[in-house]
Amino acid sequence: MYEFVRGPLVWLAFAALIGGGVWRLVALIGPTRKDKVILPYLHPGYAVRSLTHWLVPYNTVNMRLRPLFTMVSFLFHICLLVSPLFLAAHTEVFAATFGFAWGSWPGAWADWMTVIVIAGGVFFALRRIADPTVRYVTRWTDFALLAVVIAPFVTGLLAHLQVGPYRLMLTLHIVTGCIWLAAIPWTRLVHMIFFPLTRAYMGSEFGFRNARDW
Amino acid sequence: MSLYPVNKPVTDVAIDTGIARLTTEQIERTVQRVLTKECSARLQVFLDTCVHCGLCAEACHSYLSRDKDPRYAPVAKVKDTLWELVERKGRVEPESIRRMAEIAFVECGVCRRCSMYCPFGIDIAYLIMTVRRICNLLGVVPQYLQDTTNSHAVTLNQMWVHEDEWIDTVQWQEDEAITEVTAARIPLEKEGADVMYSVIAPEPKILAQLINNMALIMRVAGIDWTMPATDGWDNSNMAMYSGDFEVMGRVEKLHWETAQRLKVKRVVMGECGHAFRGAVYDGPRWLAWRQAPVTMVHAIDFYYELIKSGRIKIKQKYEPPVTLQDPCNTVRGMGLGKKVRYVVGAMCENFADMQPNYEHNYCCNAGGGLINCGPPWKHSRMLSNRVKAEQLAATGAEICITPCHNCHSGIEDVIGFYDLGMHTKFISEILVECMEIPEAMKA
Repeated sequence: MYEFVRGPLVWLAFAALIGGGVWRLVALIGPTRKDKVILPYLHPGYAVRSLTHWLVPYNTVNMRLRPLFTMVSFLFHICLLVSPLFLAAHTEVFAATFGFAWGSWPGAWADWMTVIVIAGGVFFALRRIADPTVRYVTRWTDFALLAVVIAPFVTGLLAHLQVGPYRLMLTLHIVTGCIWLAAIPWTRLVHMIFFPLTRAYMGSEFGFRNARDW
Repeated sequence: MSLYPVNKPVTDVAIDTGIARLTTEQIERTVQRVLTKECSARLQVFLDTCVHCGLCAEACHSYLSRDKDPRYAPVAKVKDTLWELVERKGRVEPESIRRMAEIAFVECGVCRRCSMYCPFGIDIAYLIMTVRRICNLLGVVPQYLQDTTNSHAVTLNQMWVHEDEWIDTVQWQEDEAITEVTAARIPLEKEGADVMYSVIAPEPKILAQLINNMALIMRVAGIDWTMPATDGWDNSNMAMYSGDFEVMGRVEKLHWETAQRLKVKRVVMGECGHAFRGAVYDGPRWLAWRQAPVTMVHAIDFYYELIKSGRIKIKQKYEPPVTLQDPCNTVRGMGLGKKVRYVVGAMCENFADMQPNYEHNYCCNAGGGLINCGPPWKHSRMLSNRVKAEQLAATGAEICITPCHNCHSGIEDVIGFYDLGMHTKFISEILVECMEIPEAMKA
């Protein structure tokens, strides 16, 4: 079981992520041409201008209106994307497979970043329950998506801290991690891939009109 | 029990009879057509990318005005319309369409402020316009709005003005202008003029003095200008907002063909926002033109040019305290925020800006077809713009300058409803009052 999980399943998950991601983008070419008002007005300068404003914390009016949310959201997303890449356990597995790897960060950093991701996930879930506006547009799938994202971090932390049966925890960690990766192109997690595209569109729409979109 | 007040039921005869005629098969067919044949990448990507975070909520004046009632958040308006239509593949009951039409036509002014608050830049106004398109094809459009579209379809202007009435009104305003400034003219059909001036139909219909104002300004500034004596003089386009894009295209095509027939160098338009949007963006895009064939200059830009170049000089600044509404289609839609403030600053002694302002100013809740939905919906429209009343009151101004017809009427309504003791004015009304008229020109 464990052998399958850490071998073929991981390959399958990355294939689903990369293949799925490429497929979603390729599948968008036709519809983007058909939607005739996108391509003629796309402007790289305005796209980059918009992206940089929305990728820098507190650089837009809405971010400044919600200082706590902005902080949690940025920390959550940064830790979520970065911590798995620089975790010693991950880089070692990578090195064992490919014969090379990059440096890793101290274990304590990874621990804290994992805690931040989990705490961020809990914050988002509570916000969905507590804020009537968000609750009104929340569906069970929104909680399911949060669970999919948080699960590998919870199981990874438990495995690392050796809480519960280690081998089982590790297996669960890899399985949930694979589910997360594979889910990205096929769920609303696709915002990870589409974010630059939607911003490029809106940045160009506003830029073309001499206006700011932040 | 809802914590939030429930709207009084509104009787709109066009919506009521439209709903009564609908069948579920027709709804399904129409929704499928719009979602699969007319919409494409944007609809798909926007719906897939939205993570239901609700960060767009604070952008919306109707959400803020209604004590943050969740149903008025932009994302909620999409949830109650498009999410349902997409998930059910259009298999919804006629009664559901009634609520969707209300949301799309009456509770959203497609002002695009929420797109500046969505972290992904989702064009929520476009999604709402898609709902309007569906409602239009189903024949469920508020009566008064549909009437303006019908007028566009028949007369190619918004207010059933016939060609002879148009010419008569323009000549009447020329007569008025001559009583103030010698040799003030409104040259009709002058081929090759530098400027064709185009207006929206409410000007000849109910606000004819605005045409007189422009005749005075043109004369004093010495502009070589003309207006058409044929249909095509109207640059407004309510069909754009009722979802009747076929009629929208006809109106814009005639307007631009008229400018080209007159071989003018550019078109200057009156103080209207949606007309700018229709003429410069939505119309050409529907007609598959990358851009309008002749340069369009909005009145704000034109006044800026006249004052900056010294062609119009200010004799005495306007004294009463003023504030300024940023129209969505010229400030968010064309970035004229700085120029309009230059013009206001040049004309007025006491100017207090609204907060928030520029692109972030709140919607007037009248444009985007809202005020055109007519008296049945006025009460709801007023409840949805309490924030504008609060914003206005905080400026301490007596006059709110509104360089847009929808803002002008909508904010005057807000002022009356909330008893703010102010009034709205167009820029031209103040400009003719305080510009210098050379002695030799005085009648």
